[in-house]
Amino acid sequence: MTELRVTRPLEHTILVELIGHWRLQEHPPLMQDLVREFRSNPPAQFFRFNAQALESWDTGLITFLLRLQRICHRKHMTIDFSGLPQGAQRLIHLATVIPERQENMRLRAKEGRVFRLVTKAISTTDGAQDMVAFVGETFITFFRFLRGRAQYRQSDLALAIQECGAKALPIVTLISVLVGLILAFVGAVQLKQFGAQIYVANLVGLGMAREMGAMMTAVIMAGRTGAAFAAQLGTMRVNQEIDAFITMGISPMEFLVLPRMLALMLMMPLLCIYSDILGILGGAIVGVTMLDLGAAQYFYQTQEALTFTDFSVGIVKSVVFGVLVAIAGCLRGMQCGSSSAAVGLATTSAVVTGIVFIVVSDAILTVMYDILGV
Amino acid sequence: MTEPDITVRDLTMAYGDVVIQRDLTFTVNQGDIFIIMGGSGCGKSTLLRHMIGLKEPAHGDIHFSGESFWQADDETRVRLMRRCGVLFQSGALWSSMSLAENVGLPLHEYTELNDKQIQEVVSFKLALVGLAGFGDYYPSELSGGMQKRAGLARAMALDPDILFFDEPSAGLDPISSRHLDDLILELRDSLGATIVVVTHELASIFAIGNNSVFLDADTKTMLASGPPHAMLADCGIPVIQQFLRRGEVASVAP
Repeated sequence: MTELRVTRPLEHTILVELIGHWRLQEHPPLMQDLVREFRSNPPAQFFRFNAQALESWDTGLITFLLRLQRICHRKHMTIDFSGLPQGAQRLIHLATVIPERQENMRLRAKEGRVFRLVTKAISTTDGAQDMVAFVGETFITFFRFLRGRAQYRQSDLALAIQECGAKALPIVTLISVLVGLILAFVGAVQLKQFGAQIYVANLVGLGMAREMGAMMTAVIMAGRTGAAFAAQLGTMRVNQEIDAFITMGISPMEFLVLPRMLALMLMMPLLCIYSDILGILGGAIVGVTMLDLGAAQYFYQTQEALTFTDFSVGIVKSVVFGVLVAIAGCLRGMQCGSSSAAVGLATTSAVVTGIVFIVVSDAILTVMYDILGV
Repeated sequence: MTEPDITVRDLTMAYGDVVIQRDLTFTVNQGDIFIIMGGSGCGKSTLLRHMIGLKEPAHGDIHFSGESFWQADDETRVRLMRRCGVLFQSGALWSSMSLAENVGLPLHEYTELNDKQIQEVVSFKLALVGLAGFGDYYPSELSGGMQKRAGLARAMALDPDILFFDEPSAGLDPISSRHLDDLILELRDSLGATIVVVTHELASIFAIGNNSVFLDADTKTMLASGPPHAMLADCGIPVIQQFLRRGEVASVAP
């Protein structure tokens, strides 16, 4: 039970007797006696406590006392804690000895719409500026590499190549075969109506080589490798590892970003060719098992339909995608804030940025190819 | 006030096959400020991780007020762990939450207080560690010392009987670490809590500790236990003398 008894032994003094267990989990006592005493006449000036019947207490008591102290302060009453247990007195002293610094109170003032709009616009321009600056730095680093003056470790490059090349094969295999299958299915439904199921081979071959091979590998790499880059670099930023590079005069752009970007640039075309072939294989599975085409017939038709140009169109795209995914991942990683939540944001943002880059650049490239007539 | 609060019995700690420390047996009494000391890498923090239930012992057990921790079922463990508050080495504040949310989370989860009451408790706990008015700040906006104090406010949120501190003075300047020591003493005296501190700061060890255990990395076991002052005065083991005198003893060399 938590109880309090309010008496007035002297005209100007309120005496509060605390009884029972004053714990957080107990039900708070009824305050109407206290409130009545506060309002009564003549107004009291002193406030005292008697804690002889107090059996146990914890933070619940202290918060109550601090609240009372605030009220007394407002009413210019003197509050005397000397009747309380020693521990409680010391805690109250400790909690009030350092005053609440008013300038620390954040002014979360209501921001007007215009204000928010302007802030948003400023932060968007800042973001765009950062991105342009990063792309510029990447180019400088890349030219230094071409002139053989970039500082990086071959072993880092090898590791990155392994990470985004060989280790990505299983997932690329799965996705490519399935995409080939899906393309074949979609085409078969239409082409069957004209008895032209053999053209499924053309559709799958062209689709994979010109578009889907590069696109799907890029999306996989954005989710797999771009996110990993952002998380690695972001964590290094949080742990001040990147600062350590800078103080030693080692450019993190060369040491960290360059090997990752090179690895993706080198591996993406290979993965793209691999994906093209497996996609065609996936199409062949549908062709042979469901459309009653012969395997030889299917591959012959594919060979007829595809030219070297079609493959190279896809491969060029894949190199561009590789660079963009690496830039997105590394950019977000290097921009990472200094907390664990920021690493999560950086990773998410790397994937989103990567995919946006991929799709936008794909659209631009497709239009350019069209104009060039390839 | 000499009722044993934590009893460690025959504890052996190991990572896989690598034994860190073996045969640790000691008692922490209620109201003690108990120091776990020893050189770097001797397993001080690992011992703390065992005591707060983060790592299972390879052998032996830890008892809280006579109740075995590692033999107990999950429900008992949760109950025992809620008696403990832990201040991690770097504060370990949840970086996506403001200080007020950090301190308020255990209250939200484990008590039936309403938002206003929680807010009151939170501002009291923050005031206690000298951070009144910082409730809206995020951990990344604070200095290391402030993060540590905020971590302490969070550790105290549920009024624990036992407070664990992992290297409270690491990374603090002498004055801040002195203030933290004073705060630890003050909390012990006013809350009557039992406090276990992992540290190798000599100043803190002698200023606050009234009981301790010394772990040695070479022999992989505890060499002594008892009040640090008594250890300094009476203990003839050279390693301990060297440790407690910052290596400034020539006479006690082996």
